[in-house]
Order: sequence, then C-alpha cells, then structure tokens
Amino acid sequence: MRVTFTVNGRPQQADDVWEGESLLYVLRERLGLPGSKNACEQGECGSCTVRLDGVPVCACLVAAGQAEGREVVTVEGLAQYADARSRRTTQDTTATQDTTDTTDATTAADTTTATDATTATDTTAAATRQPPPLAPVQQAFIDTGAIQCGFCTPGLLIAADELLERTPDPSDADIREALSGNLCRCTGYEKILDAVRLAAARTTEAR
Amino acid sequence: MEFLRPASWEEALAAKAEHPAAVPIAGGTDVMVEINFDRRRPDHLLDLTRIAELYEWQTGDQTVRLGASVPYTRIIERLAAELPGLAIAAHTVGSPQIRNRGSVGGNLGAASPAGDAHPALLAAGAEVEVASVRGSRRIPVEEFYTGVKRNALADDELIRAIHIRKAAGPQQFSKVGTRNAMVIAVCAFAIALHPDTRTVRTGIGSAAPTPVRARAAEDFLNAALAEGGFWDGGRTITPSIARRFAELCAAACDPIDDVRGSAAYRRHAVSIMARRTLGWTWEAFRAGGDTTGDTTEGGARCA
Ligand SMILES: Cc1cc2nc3c(=O)[nH]c(=O)nc-3n(C[C@H](O)[C@H](O)[C@H](O)COP(=O)(O)OP(=O)(O)OC[C@H]3O[C@@H](n4cnc5c(N)ncnc54)[C@H](O)[C@@H]3O)c2cc1C
Ligand code: FES
Ligand code: FES
Repeated sequence: MRVTFTVNGRPQQADDVWEGESLLYVLRERLGLPGSKNACEQGECGSCTVRLDGVPVCACLVAAGQAEGREVVTVEGLAQYADARSRRTTQDTTATQDTTDTTDATTAADTTTATDATTATDTTAAATRQPPPLAPVQQAFIDTGAIQCGFCTPGLLIAADELLERTPDPSDADIREALSGNLCRCTGYEKILDAVRLAAARTTEAR
Repeated sequence: MEFLRPASWEEALAAKAEHPAAVPIAGGTDVMVEINFDRRRPDHLLDLTRIAELYEWQTGDQTVRLGASVPYTRIIERLAAELPGLAIAAHTVGSPQIRNRGSVGGNLGAASPAGDAHPALLAAGAEVEVASVRGSRRIPVEEFYTGVKRNALADDELIRAIHIRKAAGPQQFSKVGTRNAMVIAVCAFAIALHPDTRTVRTGIGSAAPTPVRARAAEDFLNAALAEGGFWDGGRTITPSIARRFAELCAAACDPIDDVRGSAAYRRHAVSIMARRTLGWTWEAFRAGGDTTGDTTEGGARCA
C-alpha cells in the first residue's frame, strides 16, 4: 500500500509498504531517515521515539497505515522544529509587549506563527545555506557528555524536548518520569539528567 | 494482508462483520508487538484510529462513558477526579510513550490477566459497551473476562465504550513489580469504597487466569462494617477485620508460578496490598478527604 504523510515538515510518500509494517521501518528503510533507532521493536527501549501529531510515541508500535495524513517529527527534524518553536515564542512575547491591546496581539501572533516562522527559517537557510542551530537539548547533551555510543540519544532527545515544551522548568521527578520509557545502556543516566536540567536552564534564561 | 481504515463507527462494524477474523488495532501497543515478532499474521488489520468518537468521553450523573481508544495519558490528566482508581492504575502502565497510545479498550481486547485497567474497573464497577451490525449490548466487566487472554466479544463485535461508575468515595490501586516504570504486574490489587451504597469492592490482577473480584472478602468486609456501625461512626477499622479481609483476598487468588513470581508470593503480596489499600482508603474516607487517600504526588506511594 501507499502511505502519504508529513515528516519534519515535508510531505513524504512511501510505496509498496507492507500492511503490517511499522512507522519505524518506513522511516528508516523507505524514507532514508535512520535517526530513529531500532533496538527492541516492542516498546521497551524508546530509542525509536518520534512525535506523531505532536505526541511522543514508539514508532515501532505505530502501524505505517496509522501514520497516513499525520505529521511526524524525528530527530533529523528536531533542530528545525525547536528553532521554529522558539521563534514562535519570541514572536508571541514581542507582540504582547509591544502593544497594550492583548486581544489583537494574540490574534496576530496566532495567525502569523506557523507560516511566518517557516518562511523565516526557509529564507535564512537559503540565504546562508546553514542548518538551524541545534535544539537546546541537543547542545546540552553534547556539552554535558550525555552521549556515549549514541544509540539511545535520538529517542531521548525527542522525549526530553517534548518535556521542556510542556514543562519549561521541570523538577527532577518530572524529568525521570518523562524519560522513564527510554533506556540507555552506557551513561548510567546521571549525565542525561544533567543535560535536561542544563537545557531547561538555558531555555528559561533565554526567554 | 489488508489494512482497513474505516472513517466511522458504522463503517468499522460493517468491516468487522465482513471480515470477522480482522484484528482491530487502536494504540497498537499489544498488536504491533505481536506483528513485529511474527506471532500474528492476520489477513486484515482494522485500524480504529480514524474514529473520533472512540477518543471522547462523557461524564454523566452516575457514570463516565469512556471511549474505547481514549489513551491512558488523557485518563490521568482529565479523569483523575471521577475515576481515581483507574487513573492511578493508568499511571503505572508502561512509560509515557505507551500511555500516549495505549487504551482501556485495547486492555480489554487483549484481556491479559496482568492488564492494569482490569482491577480498577472491577473495583469501581463498570460495563463494557460492545456492538456489531446486529446491535449493541452492555456486558458487566466481571463477565467480560472469560479466560486467559479471552473475552466475551463475538467475532463480529467491537468495544465502543466503557461505562464506569464515578467514584463516590476513596479508591486505590497497587501493583507489585521490579521498578516503577515499564513493568508487567507480578500482581495487582484495586479497592473502591462506595459510601453511597455502603459497600467495598475489589479487583485482583495477575493472580488468577482472569482478573477477579475477591467476592468473599467483599461480603465479609461489608457485613463487618455494617454490624460494627463503621460507616456512621467514622471509626478506624480494627486490625482483626483488616487481617481477615486480607486473608480472604489472598484466598480469592488462583495464581501460577512463572518467571515474574511464585504462586505463594503472589498470594502473600495480594494480602499485603489488600490490607494496606484498605487502610489508606478507609483513612481517607474518615478524613472526608480526597478520593485516593494518597498524600504523595502522582500516586507514587509504595504498597
Ligand atoms: C512496553 C510496553 C509496556 C506495557 N506495559 C503495560 C502495563 O504496565 N500494564 C498494562 O496493563 N499493559 C501494558 N502493556 C500492554 C498494552 O499497552 C495495554 O494492554 C494497552 O491497554 C493496549 O491498548 P492499545 O490501544 O494499544 O491496544 P491494541 O494493541 O491496539 O489492541 C490490543 C487488543 O485489543 C483489541 N482491540 C483494541 N481495540 C478494540 C476495540 N475497540 N474493540 C475490540 N477489540 C479491540 C486488539 O485487536 C488487540 O487484540 C504494555 C505494552 C508495551 C509494549
Ligand atoms: S525499538 Fe521501539 S521502543 Fe525499542
Ligand atoms: S549512550 Fe549508549 S545506550 Fe545510551
């Protein structure tokens, strides 16, 4: 069967997909996006975590056909995704600060966000031929040494980034719970927790 | 294999009638594991994720009508006041990624004795609304489980919703496992106080071929509480009543030895969980407080 959906903001189409195939397989083997890792194929390790219509899920447990028409974000698109989000937040704040009429500001921000943010990113990228900066969680994982073999990293980045989107200033309990579906065999997790704390601190500071 | 993608409930029923062997797939957290590991090769997968009504719930006077596919995460976030026992149980399921997809309808469809929703549904009181092109019926949840991983659904039927009694008093759920996340219950126990009817109900998971209520324990406790005037007086339950209740809960088990635990351990653990959860909920009832008797955040208290 054919599956058509959006991956990292781009329309994608996969042909000859077997009906029992997982979204993970389609991403890795058919669309050339090997960032999401395949370790257990049974939902235990979280290394295949992606956003499906915004929700973190194990791509190995989503049937390919269930992704039809949906939006997927993988680690390959995380930098761009986080960049667009931060532009949106900055825009929102600026709009609210610049005017006293909050109703108008909200409307303006709401209508412009999606399209403008994308256009802005596209123009910048085209002009400078530079990819967007790494997402705060990505930079923090590098800076704290939270990566050893790196196999668990893509899933952890997606999960951690979604936590910070929802809870910008998470408690340690929040972090542990949000990452409880992601296994790492190398780091012993301490540096991963450090990384998420660092990303949270940097993001809140930047606001 | 064919991937069926009904856009409405009626279409889904028609598809199931036409292909009775089709395997419904909601969150996929059970089904996809079986397919990935080649344990199942159905001719048809029946995708239920396009049917919006299965993701909705309605809160009525007496009950919550929970759409079959509502993910655990939603139950935890939105229904903890009405369905505290189920919300605590939901919080122990798998991991955030699993809770974002997995559903009570899927738990019932799989009908594993270890499914965490079952004890909570048994204790609260629930009916499963199922339907086919022939019509619909409501099955008391006690009668829904018919054997290990078997349920009362006919070949052409689908689960539409679960009608769960809203909590009238404190409820608790407790589960034994090796860590907090990603654990299949070694055994589990749920309790619900129903001050409106002056009854207590229970549910036991993973300690018998199917999830079960500890009926003899409930009968004993209901009689003891009535005779002693406990519901009116707000008195503490005596240790001898609690002990007997716990023994009868253990006696309701029919467990097996397996890799997760021995039968003897399961019986013992169920008796401990029964005594403790009775204590927590009864104290919450006496205090007239919240509906879980839980003082720690997120229901993370240890049994
Ligand atoms: C890593 C991992 C951890 C897990 N941890 C737990 C845990 O801690 N506790 C627990 O209880 N479970 C756990 N599970 C099992 C699973 O997540 C639950 O059983 C969940 O409730 C299944 O819901 P689902 O929507 O994903 O079901 P699916 O996988 O889509 O379906 C499950 C079964 O129900 C049937 N079905 C689904 N919807 C319907 C319907 N509307 N009508 C008729 N049949 C239907 C399907 O055909 C299938 O047989 C875990 C699974 C994984 C992969
Ligand atoms: S590969 Fe999906 S959770 Fe392990
Ligand atoms: S860095 Fe190797 S598994 Fe986490």
